[in-house]
Amino acid sequence: MDEFRPDPDALLAVIQKDEARQQRGKLKIFFGMAAGVGKTYAMLESAQQLHLKGVDVVVGYVETHKRAETELLLEGLEIVPRQRVEYRGTWMEEMDTDAILARRPEIVLVDELAHTNAPGVRHRKRYQDVQEILEAGIHVYTTVNVQHFASRADAVAQITGITVHETVPDSVLDMADEIELIDLSPEELRQRLQEGKVYTAERVETAANNFFRIGNLTALREMALRLTAERVDHQLQDYMNLKQIAGPWKSGERLMVAISPSPFSEQLIRWTRRMAYNLEAPWLAAYVETPHEPTPEEKQRLTNHLSLVRSLGGEVVVVSGADINEGLLRLARQRNVTQIIVGKPLRHPLQSILRGGSLVDRLIRASGDIDIYVVTGDKPEGGHSIHFPTPTSHSVWLQYLIAMVIVSAITVLDLIALPYIGYQAIGLLELLTVLLIAIYVGRGPALLAAVLSALSWNYLFINPRFTLEIYKVEDSILFALYFAIAIFTGNLTARLRTQERQARNNADRTVALYALAREIAGAVNMDDVLQTGVTQLGQVFDAQVAILLAEQKKLAPQPYPSSTLTLDDKEYSVGLWAFENGKPAGRFTDTLPLATVQFIPLNTPTRTVGVIGIRTRQQERLSFDQEALLETFINQIALVIERELLDEAAEQSAMLKESERLYTTLLNSISHELRTPIATIKGASSSLLATDANGEARLELTKDIQSAADRLNRLVENLLDMSRLESGRLQLKQEWCDISDLIGVAVKSIDYCNSSHPIQLHVQPDLPLVEADFVLMEQVIVNLLDNACSYTPPGTPITIEAKTNNQYLEVTVSDAGKGIPPDSIERIFEKFYRLPGTPTGGTGLGLSISRGLTEAHGGTLTAENLREGGARFTLRLPLNSSPPPVQEAQHG
Amino acid sequence: MAEGAQILIVDDEPQIRRFLRISLEANGYRIHEAATGHDAILKSAQLRPDLIILDMGLPDLDGLEVLRHLREWTKTPVIILSVRDSDQDKVDALDAGADDYLTKPFSTDELMARIRTAQRHAQPQQDEIIFTSGRLKVDLSRRVVTVDGEPIKLTRTEYALLRLLIQHAGRVLTHQQILREVWGPEYVHETHYLRVYFAQLRQKIEENPALPEIIITEPGVGYRLVRL
Repeated sequence: MDEFRPDPDALLAVIQKDEARQQRGKLKIFFGMAAGVGKTYAMLESAQQLHLKGVDVVVGYVETHKRAETELLLEGLEIVPRQRVEYRGTWMEEMDTDAILARRPEIVLVDELAHTNAPGVRHRKRYQDVQEILEAGIHVYTTVNVQHFASRADAVAQITGITVHETVPDSVLDMADEIELIDLSPEELRQRLQEGKVYTAERVETAANNFFRIGNLTALREMALRLTAERVDHQLQDYMNLKQIAGPWKSGERLMVAISPSPFSEQLIRWTRRMAYNLEAPWLAAYVETPHEPTPEEKQRLTNHLSLVRSLGGEVVVVSGADINEGLLRLARQRNVTQIIVGKPLRHPLQSILRGGSLVDRLIRASGDIDIYVVTGDKPEGGHSIHFPTPTSHSVWLQYLIAMVIVSAITVLDLIALPYIGYQAIGLLELLTVLLIAIYVGRGPALLAAVLSALSWNYLFINPRFTLEIYKVEDSILFALYFAIAIFTGNLTARLRTQERQARNNADRTVALYALAREIAGAVNMDDVLQTGVTQLGQVFDAQVAILLAEQKKLAPQPYPSSTLTLDDKEYSVGLWAFENGKPAGRFTDTLPLATVQFIPLNTPTRTVGVIGIRTRQQERLSFDQEALLETFINQIALVIERELLDEAAEQSAMLKESERLYTTLLNSISHELRTPIATIKGASSSLLATDANGEARLELTKDIQSAADRLNRLVENLLDMSRLESGRLQLKQEWCDISDLIGVAVKSIDYCNSSHPIQLHVQPDLPLVEADFVLMEQVIVNLLDNACSYTPPGTPITIEAKTNNQYLEVTVSDAGKGIPPDSIERIFEKFYRLPGTPTGGTGLGLSISRGLTEAHGGTLTAENLREGGARFTLRLPLNSSPPPVQEAQHG
Repeated sequence: MAEGAQILIVDDEPQIRRFLRISLEANGYRIHEAATGHDAILKSAQLRPDLIILDMGLPDLDGLEVLRHLREWTKTPVIILSVRDSDQDKVDALDAGADDYLTKPFSTDELMARIRTAQRHAQPQQDEIIFTSGRLKVDLSRRVVTVDGEPIKLTRTEYALLRLLIQHAGRVLTHQQILREVWGPEYVHETHYLRVYFAQLRQKIEENPALPEIIITEPGVGYRLVRL
């Protein structure tokens, strides 16, 4: 029964699609086979109906083409004014997306989805404007014809002979919540055309003879119907998935299309996309980097192919390998691909034989259980079947020249040596020369050297000399062998060289990535991470880089300080767009391509943490492999930033927890400590108010009030000290202090303690002055004395000792109590920690404050138990310098 | 002498004013109250009190500003009330001409003692020639210092310090005031001079120099000579 259970991933996908749709505005597409079927009319008609019902529907952009009946339908609808854009001296009108977003209607009408915007408008294509409007939660009604869908564009071109330039990705169709097919029979359409309802009179004739031929229209209509039917099928599928209706579950197909720089790959990609859509299968496009070095044009085409794959919703994978088949199959197995789509080879049959059968033959042989589809393409113009590199640069010409010069030079030398060594040895010598040349020059020059030397050997050395004829059979064999070996080695070494270069490129890339990964992993904080990111990106791509981070879900107004690129307002707004939409924008992208900076969002699985703006010094777009590297770089940086943010968040929440804990402890601790004296004051004072208290009792009560007030005062002072220490606002008023004087003041200020515990002073005579804050240090000693008094039985002595010890001034306060439990010796310095079973009256703050104050002075405060019983607290203050000399007063 | 003297209490807290009024009236003083700095300046001019108790934290004017206003035209003794955190406020107030200070919270005993000292200094002084405090006896006319009847030798600086404190006996003198008077205005930051000389002086005149009773250290502020 297992096969009837819906795949959880599939279910999730359906639900996610649903959820995404609920937040987004809904997209309704009025869909037709060609212009003039009445899409705009139908759209306006529904708009009018909604308008009558009181729905807030506005016109974002409608092109009436001056059709009277259409214009009539615009009446009564609010029209958002178009924006005017200047480009090279002419003004053009475009839809004003920002005005629509600001207006926030319920529904907006946007005609001609496939329209390409004028340069200078935020997006290159109108469908991107529509996506943005949908993201903002506004519903969109739009119109589009079947020939504008990217996956149908080539089919349309085949049928009608007209290449469609304005395309929209098929994913837009997937996005639509509703599709209304506006169908009209071809005859009716032509009728409308003749009546002048589609185009103005002067264009009717050409249109009727070209695009609007009956054959064309029939094909387009079929295509439109099929596309609609496929979609209905899909919706049914989604519905069945959701409702767990056992149906024809697709069997986990996964498609992979092999692409190359060949123009034919574009058709392959579209074909695969269509098939994947019908199969409901995920698909990817694989490009195998081979030792064959692509030319700049090829690279450009390849980049276009890869972006086509992305725009059609496919995944791009680039692998390296000497052998295309091997690379493809390895990838296919890794990714569980079930079907591989390849183009029918256009190689010259001879070349196929040389390579041990055509690529497809060998692929089919090695593919095992993977299905291979071989798709025929149109013969591309220019014939790219056999590739000869076109020498474009001086260095290539120079290589040809070098090859010829060397071959000529060796030939001259051989002519001199001929009488001594014979023509056969000379053949071998020339072969060696070809081999050596091939190591240093490209394939072309190497082949030239091979041909030249073979011919010159034959012409100059093989009998009969000075002819290309050969008499002896063994000489013929020798020559044929020579020719084969020369070409083979020339080819082979040249291939080895490119392979080596590629390996080096790969290695460079790996090294760059490794460097980034290592440096970023070693970064200890956000500053480090971003600094590293900027430096590495700048070095590897020879670019200026700006990083903008998100602050409370908003983009920071300024680049991060370590950025090497400053942004003006215009560029910043591009970055902002990239951030808010989580998509690349600016230079080399489809959105705001006129900007001078390319912005790439720092996307992590959960959110966008910022954007990176990059301005490469080179003016052309990065090559596909560099772009892949850039993408990897930026992903890596995004993940590390995310990690740092999470760390910070974790740290903050830990701090928050800790402060919450302290807060609770504080409340518990001080609520008791506050209440006791307050209760005393309240009780005693109300007793005093009662008139019958006699003289003696009044005195007692007043004393109680006084001591309770003292206790409250101590508590408040402690809390204030603590908060000053904690907030870092504590400012030491350093002055030269006489510790002996300081101890004296401290002892006098706690006479309550002095009366219960005999205090013994042992102060080393001639103690040096020490730099400290007199008031704060006095308080430390008072706290220690108070502590000793509170926790030892009355009558036991307290000893204060002050002496120098190495570079420290040491003050100890020892008592004769029962000491501190060994496991609590460090804990007693913690805030609010009180030894269990100790009498009330303390706050648990005194020792903590004392240690804080001492450490603020660069000193230490420690506790220990004495062998003879009791505890000893040792305060050490550093004696860093001695005060300047003292002088007598001059007058007095 | 003190009987019937008029005291102006400047504090914005009614409870503080009330308890001061009760305890001071019980000691025979006549009390006026002011809740703001402006009111204080006005009432000082109108009522000509014999002594002013001035809180440093007032709602309208800084206590120090009020003090400076007052000192422009009157030498009426001023006792400052402040909180513990603001040692510098006390020092500033003393330097600006306040006669003494009290840190909140304080007891009425302390307050009475300060009031008496301040009043004494406000009296036109008939020059004291012989000063005694406990075992210490100083004959200012002959420059002779005896402890328990035994004459002791003081250096010139020690004597200058002692004489200065005697002139202001009972009142606190800030470090700056002492340094300026004894060493000169350019020495006001050399507080370590004071640590050294007061330690020496105490060795000579105090019974237990570690717990001095005649020359008292006022932490963070200065020194005070106590009349025992």
